[in-house]
Amino acid sequence: MSHAAMPGTYLAEGSGPRAWLLTTDHKRVAWLYLASLTAFFFLGGAMAVLMRIELATPAGDLVSDDTYNRLFSLHGIIMVWFFLVPSIPATLGNFLLPLMIGARDLAFPRLNLASWYVFIFGSLFALFAVVAGGVDTGWTFYTPLSTLYANGFVSTAAFGVFIVGFSTIMTGINFIVTVHTLRAPGLTWFRLPIFVWTLYATSLVMVLATPVLAASLILIVLERVFGIGIFNPDLGGDPLLFQHLFWFYSHPAVYIMILPGMGVVSEVLPCFSRRPLFGYKAVAMSSMAIAVFGFLVWGHHMFVSGQSAYAGVVFSFLSFCVAIPSAIKVFNWSLTLRKGEISFEAPMLYALFFLGLFTFGGLAGLFLAALAVDVHVHDTYFVIAHFHYIMVGGMVTAYMAGLHFWWPKMTGRLYSETSARIAATVTFVGFNLTFFPQYVLGFNGMPRRYHTYPPEFQFWNVLSSAGAVVLAIGYLMPLFYLIWSLFRGARAPDNPWNATGLEWQTSSPPPPHNFETMPVVTRPAYAYDMKGLEHERFSPHREEAAQ
Amino acid sequence: MNFGVPFFPQEASSEAGHVDALFYTLLVFSAVLGLTLTGLVVGYAVKYRVGSKADRTGQRSRTMWLEMSWTAASLIIAFIFFGWGAVLFVRRDHPPADALEITGLGKQWMWEFRQPGGQREINELHVPVGKPVVVSLASQDVIHSFYVPAFRIKQDAVPGRTTHIWFIATEPGRYHLFCAQYCGTQHSEMGGWVTAMAPEQYAAWLNSQGEGETLAASGEKLFRALGCSGCHGASSKVRAPSLEGIFGRPVALDNQQTVIADERYLRDSILNPKKEIAAGYEPVMPSFEGLIDEGELQMLLAYLKSLSPQPIAGAKP
Repeated sequence: MSHAAMPGTYLAEGSGPRAWLLTTDHKRVAWLYLASLTAFFFLGGAMAVLMRIELATPAGDLVSDDTYNRLFSLHGIIMVWFFLVPSIPATLGNFLLPLMIGARDLAFPRLNLASWYVFIFGSLFALFAVVAGGVDTGWTFYTPLSTLYANGFVSTAAFGVFIVGFSTIMTGINFIVTVHTLRAPGLTWFRLPIFVWTLYATSLVMVLATPVLAASLILIVLERVFGIGIFNPDLGGDPLLFQHLFWFYSHPAVYIMILPGMGVVSEVLPCFSRRPLFGYKAVAMSSMAIAVFGFLVWGHHMFVSGQSAYAGVVFSFLSFCVAIPSAIKVFNWSLTLRKGEISFEAPMLYALFFLGLFTFGGLAGLFLAALAVDVHVHDTYFVIAHFHYIMVGGMVTAYMAGLHFWWPKMTGRLYSETSARIAATVTFVGFNLTFFPQYVLGFNGMPRRYHTYPPEFQFWNVLSSAGAVVLAIGYLMPLFYLIWSLFRGARAPDNPWNATGLEWQTSSPPPPHNFETMPVVTRPAYAYDMKGLEHERFSPHREEAAQ
Repeated sequence: MNFGVPFFPQEASSEAGHVDALFYTLLVFSAVLGLTLTGLVVGYAVKYRVGSKADRTGQRSRTMWLEMSWTAASLIIAFIFFGWGAVLFVRRDHPPADALEITGLGKQWMWEFRQPGGQREINELHVPVGKPVVVSLASQDVIHSFYVPAFRIKQDAVPGRTTHIWFIATEPGRYHLFCAQYCGTQHSEMGGWVTAMAPEQYAAWLNSQGEGETLAASGEKLFRALGCSGCHGASSKVRAPSLEGIFGRPVALDNQQTVIADERYLRDSILNPKKEIAAGYEPVMPSFEGLIDEGELQMLLAYLKSLSPQPIAGAKP
């Protein structure tokens, strides 16, 4: 990066490997995470593309069944634990949380750097498992397949996930303490940007749920290596116990993944509508409600597992309850646009696409919460489509919105607005083409994790595979124009979108300790309707067109 | 490329229509709500785009009132869908008493079925149309899942326990049987066909398969071969509880508790006899863990169930 030309910023504080690898500056740690997570995202994505190419024909002709099983297992493991869980919190959250609350850094800067090293240490185990021969248990590690029958490097991968859990917990603790103790004068809880609320809610879930995952993975390793009977019925164990433990973590984990995305969108929509967020308190409180209810619905993954029918009924009821706060958010986001002055820069396009995809993913959640329907579509492509609409259509789209929104702040550079709008649109089209056919496949009964399938399902699989190629292009484009902008992009002003958050009041990129003078907060978040702000805007797109 | 593109799956069981009624209602609801929201967002985006002449004056709507009303509306709609799904689901737990009982055993990577008359099938299951059928499922190794999309039914087969699924086929035909729970290398090959036949054709088919040994008869042989009858038999010298009519009856345990002798209890008593000891008996029975496989266990259970005057199909605790 040619940051020598940006004196006085955090990027000018040394450029050797030592200056980056031993930094405790939250902004630089964010970059360490961003680089590692990007690598994992494309690794996991490449596996998905291979799977989709295999599935273009009903027969298993590209890769063997064992290879296919390893592809989807590693795709899941990498995407969930090495991309989605840390994605927004560890990159955008790390960079922005102190800036948004007017702090010089996180509460524990060294713990922050340590969390990245723990993450890398854990990911080495996962990468070793990939190189050494893979894992074929699925990302869910269900017993007794994972303990007694799987022949891959299960213990290695599980140990990697176990270690990465500690980095998640470190980040969570750091964020919680930071939000409690380091807010600028005048920044009361109900003046916090929603992004901070969602990071806070996510951190609570991280700290409370991750230890349960750690416990269950350790139990797997104990049973696999030492033959201690916990899940194996032949040794007096119960295979369903593992599912209870696993989902007790993994359902809250999907909220770990989506909540920060909801936070990003809550920043972007008001900014490009020039309107305060509609129903601020409802959106903030619904994030907390999701964090709490998220712990009470794990059994909805087990309706047909042999769990008692009455437990199923209770979990179904609670699952419908957890849908309410998400619905409230969607209604509030939609009404934020009303009477705005809306422009469609790349972050806004991504945010609007998030809104659509999250809505259609969330509505599919109602089908899955409805017991009798779930019996039919459970473990089919319907679930895959639902999950990817929320996690990719929702979460990754929000991540892209945030990355484009804060890129000028993080780098001091502008990217090509035209390329970014094209990439956003290609992603949206490719995403729907990939995953909408999977709803139809699932309803028609195609089970998930199938290397081969009956020929009548081919039409929808071909559409889905074609979509995956389009989607891949949509994700590769930013890789190029964002890296290009690092070196050649035009200089960004301090507040290119004329946004209200504290992070926009400091320079782009920020100085090493974020603020030259301690900010004092006197207004609520998103005061876009206040005098002097409503009509001003800077449009890089228009500047580009003028050149 | 196959051009018979499926949009809506076949309905071939008594439950399929009920499940689909809920599914299609949800579909219409989702389409209406999803498209309304999309229309709203697109409408606002166009109307209030920067530079448009739209009227932006006036106060915002009363937030509190709006928040309360859409929360309440969402709750009511959610509870309707919850109740509808739950009522259908609970039915799944109560098979009719006169159901035909078929046993199914999942193993890597095949399904093995036994008709009530003992006829054995691999990856094929023949059932009569119009008669309730309950499949008792067990697994030899890992978790599998018995899934017939055209019947809208699915149930995991879990090692170490017996689970049940029942259905009434309504349309003669051949339907996909899948394993829905990922079970290892050849998971996607683990499946076959369910053939639903008119009752008379089903009877003819059974005859053509020959009179196999029933599961209970195999179980009785095994009961003697393993020496169970030495202690549990009527003339035995060792004091062990008689198993006549045991299935479904309450059993007093030596720890003052009482359990129902269901499949779970019988299974545990064979594999782990020290766990629950019938009151008044010495804990002398050896464990058969590792000595018999899941298929043999199914035979023993079928035999023990046959000793009860009215076996209760798929009885649950």
